Amino acid sequence: MTVGELAGVLGLEVLTGDTNLGREVRSGYTSDLLSDVIANIGDDAVWITIQRHVNILGVAKLKDVPAIIIPRKLQLEEGFITKARQEDIAILRGSASAFELSGLIYNELKRG
Amino acid sequence: MVDSLAYTPQITLEFKIGEKDFFVAGECASRVKKTLQQLGLKQNVIKRIAIIIYEAAMNVAIHATSGMVTVHIEPDAITIRTEDVGAGIEDIDLAMKEGYSTATYEIREMGFGAGMGLSNIKQCSDDLKIESKVGVGTTLNAKVYFQEQPRPADR
Repeated sequence: MTVGELAGVLGLEVLTGDTNLGREVRSGYTSDLLSDVIANIGDDAVWITIQRHVNILGVAKLKDVPAIIIPRKLQLEEGFITKARQEDIAILRGSASAFELSGLIYNELKRG
Repeated sequence: MVDSLAYTPQITLEFKIGEKDFFVAGECASRVKKTLQQLGLKQNVIKRIAIIIYEAAMNVAIHATSGMVTVHIEPDAITIRTEDVGAGIEDIDLAMKEGYSTATYEIREMGFGAGMGLSNIKQCSDDLKIESKVGVGTTLNAKVYFQEQPRPADR
């Protein structure tokens, strides 16, 4: 399933235009601790987090994360979105909590 | 995918890290990762190296006033060295413990300083040496061999 398809199915807001919409998503990881993400996120995994500062983009880039998913319609700064686009990372946002989003994404990926 | 780089000249990459320069820490890990991918190293070895560089560089950015990350690529291994000027580490054994952290509340709120950095580095290194002087600074040397080494049970 691609980033774009996932966003479409779950009604997630896409904040970075067409960045990475065609990239494949195979798994996901939910964590707000950067060392945990660095050590444990899988390949082609979306990252669900409430962290929204530019430094998390360094982690996402390093782990080649196709998309970061922000829960609960949390506010984002323009600088964050701009930097994400520059670094080729999609930013999606949903109204559900991190728990609910993780479950929904898990189900979608299981279904294929 | 290769276990050694028979025809590759030795490569040294250097990065300067300033106080609270968190983005550069990620950048230097990404840069080295890209170089190693071009050299055709195995994906799991590259992953371990990237984790070490990121965590070591983050430690410099979080705890020191300034520092350098030097990455030296040899035909059969890579060494990662960080040297910083800063507070130093009082008790290295305690600092190695997962979950132990001296990071400030502000740093932790950003998702850093969870006390996992040094244990992540240890898990990814084949060889790790840390020397520190309180009030002066810390030097870390980590080595990763391209050919998978037998892993001790505690890693």
